[in-house]
Parts: sequence; C-alpha cells; structure tokens
Amino acid sequence: MTALQVFLIGTNHHSAPLEVREKLALSPEAQAALQADLAALPGLNEFAVLNTCNRVEFYGVAASPAAIVGVETAFCGRQRFDHGEFGKFRVLRSGRDAVQHLFEVATGLDSQMVGETEILGQVKEAYAAAQARRATGPILNRMFQKAFQAAKHARTHTGIGLGQVSVANVAVDLALNIFGSLESRRILLLGAGDIGEKTAHAFHTRGARDLTVVSRRFERAEQLAAELGAGAVPFEEREARLADFDVIVSAAAAPEAVWSASATASAMRRRPARPLFFIDLALPRNVDASVSSLDNVFLYNLDDLAKLAEENRLAREAEIHRCRALLTERSEALWLRLMSALSDSGPAAQDVSRGGAPASPPPCRPPAG
Amino acid sequence: MLSVLTDRQWFWIASGLYLAGFLLGIRSFRRRRLGWNGTGYAIVAVGYAVQLVGLYLRGQAVGACPLGNKFEILQFTAWSAVTLYLVVGVTFRSTLLDYFTSGLAAALTMVSLAVPSWDARERIHLFSDNPWIEFHAALALFSYGVFALLALTSALFLLRNHSLKAKRPGGWYALLPSILELDDIGVRLLGAGVALLGASLAVGAVYWLRDTSTVTPTKFLITAGVWLAYAVALALRLLGRLLAKRFSWTCLALFAAALISLGPVDASRHTDDSTRAASLQSRP
Repeated sequence: MTALQVFLIGTNHHSAPLEVREKLALSPEAQAALQADLAALPGLNEFAVLNTCNRVEFYGVAASPAAIVGVETAFCGRQRFDHGEFGKFRVLRSGRDAVQHLFEVATGLDSQMVGETEILGQVKEAYAAAQARRATGPILNRMFQKAFQAAKHARTHTGIGLGQVSVANVAVDLALNIFGSLESRRILLLGAGDIGEKTAHAFHTRGARDLTVVSRRFERAEQLAAELGAGAVPFEEREARLADFDVIVSAAAAPEAVWSASATASAMRRRPARPLFFIDLALPRNVDASVSSLDNVFLYNLDDLAKLAEENRLAREAEIHRCRALLTERSEALWLRLMSALSDSGPAAQDVSRGGAPASPPPCRPPAG
Repeated sequence: MLSVLTDRQWFWIASGLYLAGFLLGIRSFRRRRLGWNGTGYAIVAVGYAVQLVGLYLRGQAVGACPLGNKFEILQFTAWSAVTLYLVVGVTFRSTLLDYFTSGLAAALTMVSLAVPSWDARERIHLFSDNPWIEFHAALALFSYGVFALLALTSALFLLRNHSLKAKRPGGWYALLPSILELDDIGVRLLGAGVALLGASLAVGAVYWLRDTSTVTPTKFLITAGVWLAYAVALALRLLGRLLAKRFSWTCLALFAAALISLGPVDASRHTDDSTRAASLQSRP
C-alpha cells in the first residue's frame, strides 16, 4: 500500500514578481490541457487547480513524491518555463500546512488586498470545476468544504472582512449607510474620468440601477452612459435636476465648485425627507464645502474616502493574527481527521516539504502530446 | 409552578436577563465580535417571557391589569417596548438595536425595582371593576412603550447622523441601520403610538363623559397634551416640516416629557380613587 500525501504546489504574489506570474498564468486553453495531463499522471489521486490573476496553485493528494514532481513538471512544460528557475518562485506545502494555506487563501488572508471576498468565489469555482471533472475525492472534498466553512466563520467572527479598502467601494458603503439599499436610488455621475467611472461601476455592481451621466461634453456623457446602461443629462441642467437624485458622484475637472450651497438648499426644499449624498472625487473640489452643514445632506471628498479606505486596511491587518489563530485551530482539527483517513488508505501521511519532495526538481520536460 | 417565585423575583430575573443582554453586547463590541447572530435577540426574548410571568402573577394577585403604581407602570412600559422590539427587531437585524433595547429595558425595570416605595402603595379598586378602563390604561401604557422605542430609534438616528456628518462611520456606528431605515421606523412608530394613545383616550373619554368627576383636570390636560404633542409632531413630519435631527430631538424631548408626566398622572389617579371611594360611600 502507498502513502498518501496532501500537497499544494504553485506560485502566487508572495513568491513571484508580476513578470514571472505573467509567464506562469494559465490561459483557459492551457488550463484545460494541463488538467488533462494531470488526470493522466500516475500516482496523482486527486487534484484541483486554483488559477487567478495572483496565483496558480495545485492542490492534490499524491500516492508518492514523484507524483508531486510530475505536477510541477507538467506545469512548467505547458508554460515552457525553466524548471530550475521555477524552484525560485515555487510555493510547496504539505500535510497540515497545505490545509492551513487553503483555509487562509479562501478567507482572503493570503490575498494581496487582505480580507477581499472575491477569492472565496474563485476557490469555490476551482473546486466546482475539479468536482465536475471528477478530479476530487474524499480528501480534497473534505478540505475544500471545510475551507469554505472556516472562511465563513472567520469572516463572521473577526474583523478581517470589515470595511472596504478601495475609494469607490468606501463611497458605496457610505451610500448604504444612508439609504440602506441602492436598488431604487438615483445616481448622478458628473465627469467622465477614470475614478468617476470606477465609482459608477461600483454602484452598479452593488445594486444601483438608475444611473445618469453629466459631462461638459454631452457626446462624451452619452458615450459613457451607453457603456454603463445609464441616461445622459446636459451639463447646464445639472442644478435644476439636482432634486431628482439621491447620490451625486462628482469628478469633473473644474476650477471652481460646480455644486453650490444655494442650489443644494433649493433642491433639498423640494425633497426635504430624502437625504442627498455628495461624493466629491475632484481636485479642485466640485462641491461647495458648506453644503455639508445642510440637514440631510452628506458630503465626502477624495481625502475623506481615502482616509476611510486606509483605516479599513489597517483594521483588517490588525485582525490577521486573530484570524490566523482561528483558522489554525480549525485546520489542525481537520488535519487530525484527515490523518486517519489517509492512514486508512495507506501508511501514515508524509510531509513532502520535509523530505518527500526532491530538494532540486529534475529538469523540465514538456509533457507528452 | 410559576408561583415558586414571587412576582418581584421574576421581575428581578427579567431585569438581570436584560442587563446580561446589554453587557454581552458591550463585551462583543470590545472583542470586535460583530454582526447579528441572534444571541442578543434570544436573551431579550427570554427576559421578555420571564417578565410576562411576573406581570401575570402580579395581575393574579391584584385581580386586575398590573398598572396600579409607578413600579407596575414602568414594568409594563418596558414590557411594551420589548414587545415591539421583538416584532421590529427581526426585520432590522440590528445588533445595536438588540443591545440598546436590552439596555433600555434593564434601566426601566431596575429603576422600578430599586425604589420599594413605588410598589408599596395600598391599592383600592383602581379600575372600579370596569374592564374598559383597564383596557384604556393598558392601551395608554402600551403606547408609552411604543414611544420608548421611538425615543431609542431617534437616539440611534442621531448617532448615525453624527457618525456620517463627522465622517466616522466605522466601529460601533457600522452596526446601526441606515439613516433612511431609522427615519422610516421612527415615522411608523410615531404613527402607531399616536393611534394607540388616541384609541386609549377615546375609550377613556366614553367613560369620562358619563361621570366627569372620575378624572381630575390635571390628568385630563396632561394625557391629552401628550397625545396632542405627539400628533402635532406626526403631522409636521408628514408635511415635511419636522425632519431628520429636529424630528429625532423632538421625539426624545417628547418621551422625556411623557415620562415626567407619569408622576402627576399617577398622583392624580390616586386622588381620583379617593374621590371615587368617597363618592361610592356617599351613595345610598
């Protein structure tokens, strides 16, 4: 009977610079071909491929260290990357460390933007794809399912996912603090620059459906409106139409304020019970600072949003230790159970990083076919 | 089974549970264990059930709705506020509302328990065996519970408004419902409170018209004044003349005034009782 080994091998943003990750990133076609190679690899009992912009990681259960080397060889071969060079950027974990790594990845603890949630969806997709190919078995199934539970638990019981860390998402969170939901809110975007567009996209992806674009150049407003599925309003009509909107995202290049306190006060008289939220992303500022003294009017400028984003980022980093401890507790418990499952299938599981895998991998050979 | 403990002991337990809910909230915030997990809600719900047992035993003991003195009025007001919270709290799933409600209920019930003289007064057929008057009193007190929750919601609105204006929306503030939700629930509670107190006054008025000597002018003026003040606030809010911060401060001020008015109303009621007793004795 052969010893089964749980392992993780690959590269990520911690181990490899951008130019290396670019070379190692798997296209959908290359990934499909590589998965076919791995399915045929002797001794590789289970595997799943996590391929995102910041990482290519292979999680697997191998019957021997040779199978792990085989995964590395197949990957380098497909990407035509020097095997010896790959060793410099390789991440290799085995046993409980591999379990812990998966838990941390799923929770967003290992992400470039600590605590981000997108990675959990990507891990779920990777697992679903592996399941669909019947590439997973009892060990990986358990590992991934427990990783999803651990990620949910950690996000609920620590502050790792609290607060947004990008200016656009901070603005959307603030709007939610004011309106509760964005579904029936009317958003006006003034200016067709990059940051304004990103903020408008953030509103759209988080439920806002009624967007209108204003620009000094009406044709540009119409063009951006078409991209966002929004309406367009001429620049001259902006103040007259102010009362119709709930959120104003203002990012126009203008030497002086384009939203005056008097026009805002006049708009509020027509909609006294509905709050108005100004997001001033422009420099020089677009919104007269005195509008914030009006009741039911909230004004945040670029500095305010950047400060909140930075505070959230620091708060997340402060939670890393607590989150890791919580995940360690769970990964250790899982590993104890997996150990018995692995030993049921063969002798005690080995730690490949402590002797199972070769110190220097063999030269890279392209896989057959 | 329920009479294993006295009614006051049940009230103490309920108070302790409300306090425990509040302290649990403080502890959770200190440890940054955030998010609605239902624990606070469950503790308030158990406290509510225990308080209901206390009110039931007290009602059995006095043979009437337990609204006979300041102690019972405060207990009933806290119970009414928690009743409403249990209905609206689930909708808002707000951790902070859990803990503020348990804090409010703990404060009201503990204060009432801490002053024994408020529960020591001799009771003499407060409601003249008339179930309609009991209904009137219960409705009035229930509306005070609604106004208590309105005051709490108004305080939360002011906190949320302050956090957004001061550009500090994180920490505890992040657990508050949105400005619009708080405003919406405030208007609904105000409407419900005005309707309940109005119905209570209407029931009382029918009885009062039969015998005007049963209610002193003080009680009449104060209760009608409280209702009128809340009704005016509601009208101004619906007309868009009393909004946001001013609306919240008004609701807080009105609740403080309504609580203070309970003293004179209670005192005048005991005068009513004496008058009624004398009137009954003088009848052939």
